[in-house]
Amino acid sequence: MMQQGTDVPTSLRTHLIGVVSFQGDFQRHISMLHGLGVETREVRNPTDLVGLHGVVLPGGESTTIGMLMERYGVTEALKARAAEGLPIFGTCAGLILLAEDILNSTQPRLGLLPVSVERNAYGRQVESFETRFSSPVFGETALEGVFIRAPRIRTCSPEVELLAALDQEPILVRHGAILGATFHPELTQDTRIHRYFVDMVQTIRAKQLS
Amino acid sequence: MTDISWSERQKSTWRTKVGLAEMLKGGVIMDVVNAEQAVIAAEAGAQAVMALERVPADIRAQGGVARMSDPKLIKEIQEAVSIPVMAKCRIGHFVEAQILEALNVDFIDESEVLTPADDRYHVEKESFRVPFVCGCRDLGEALRRIGEGAAMIRTKGEAGTGDVVEAVRHLRELSGGIRRLQGLRREELMTAAKELGAPYELVLEVAATGKLPVPNFSAGGVATPADAALMMQLGAEAVFVGSGVFKSDNPARRARAVVDAVAHYRDPAKLAEISYDLGEPMVGISTAGLVGEDRLAVRGW
Repeated sequence: MMQQGTDVPTSLRTHLIGVVSFQGDFQRHISMLHGLGVETREVRNPTDLVGLHGVVLPGGESTTIGMLMERYGVTEALKARAAEGLPIFGTCAGLILLAEDILNSTQPRLGLLPVSVERNAYGRQVESFETRFSSPVFGETALEGVFIRAPRIRTCSPEVELLAALDQEPILVRHGAILGATFHPELTQDTRIHRYFVDMVQTIRAKQLS
Repeated sequence: MTDISWSERQKSTWRTKVGLAEMLKGGVIMDVVNAEQAVIAAEAGAQAVMALERVPADIRAQGGVARMSDPKLIKEIQEAVSIPVMAKCRIGHFVEAQILEALNVDFIDESEVLTPADDRYHVEKESFRVPFVCGCRDLGEALRRIGEGAAMIRTKGEAGTGDVVEAVRHLRELSGGIRRLQGLRREELMTAAKELGAPYELVLEVAATGKLPVPNFSAGGVATPADAALMMQLGAEAVFVGSGVFKSDNPARRARAVVDAVAHYRDPAKLAEISYDLGEPMVGISTAGLVGEDRLAVRGW
């Protein structure tokens, strides 16, 4: 009885977040989440999604990741979990895979976020850049944005929440349980954006339990 | 929301260079000689392609001087695929590197597979805007290239042979070198730097962190899905495949199998499925029979 009593709050403090690990900088996300006290699991098969409280789609090559997710049944299984309200966070390639519309592309995707994105929209690698930006959601201190062959969000459905922008263009957006960034917070030491996602996971889990 | 001006943006920083290398982890980079091969590679799930004028097996067979690709071919490849396009320049040929930068390739491989243009100096890579990858056979060579500005390292192996033994040897040599540094006392590290012929600051960093400061990929001799998974299990963070795909019986199938094998490198049951009925691999040349000039890996220092 005591065990059951302590079980609920303990499990709510510890989250298990899956990181889609076919290709890309998934290890950086895993390190970031470990730093926040979150347990992680590499996701390569549909069965890896069982029991997860959230999923991260890393940076990398969106065509490669999307193709492998589809080939190994992860796309379909993840869509089913998303329909039940599973929180998902995508950075760069991960955001592209979340987008409903990808300009000039028919590549496989999840299509869970009502935005239209353009791939490599700043140009090839020599146009990759880093900059600082601030957002009221994350307090006074500016955040670092590392943009690598980054996409741009070209249009956004009105119900999408804009959490940060660069030159008036959205770079961090949220729609319900879906969070997407055009840049790579996982390549910095600043944990605020991952913390925001973990808080989302916490809130959504608490809501589902009540 | 606060706006920040363009002037605060910094392009081509160390972080964006190494960052692209980070994005290429856990996948396969395939050698291609034309747009048609690039499309086959991309459709199989390659995360990047490497443009070169001849695959290493042909360079070996035909001999002669191997150089940077014709810019026309690089342009055609860039137009044909949306994934990153890398290209090779000769060791020390900084003008080929300048041309590749002007062509906006995403990564330059200063490669021993091409005929070296300088028998003493490698390209000074730090001042280029495009990131570089370089080959190595051991820790000292890796740290010298990183000291020159390489944002990614690949072990050399023996390109164009389809024999994985040199790739294994170089990767074990590199990781063994890192482990040896970790076991040394602080005052021993300067002597280690001298013996390795490596920058002292980098030796200190590797001794402290137990890893290279840039991603480490594997190349040279990977011909089968099992070879690719072997390199990943030995600690490579991604795999370059050269002649292994387009010198095999069925390039599209083999390309896809190698991509799948890297994604599932720790899953033997999946690897068995992936390796099933792939057709003939490239014929291959045993590296044991190669002497002197025929060994590409000894190029560079």
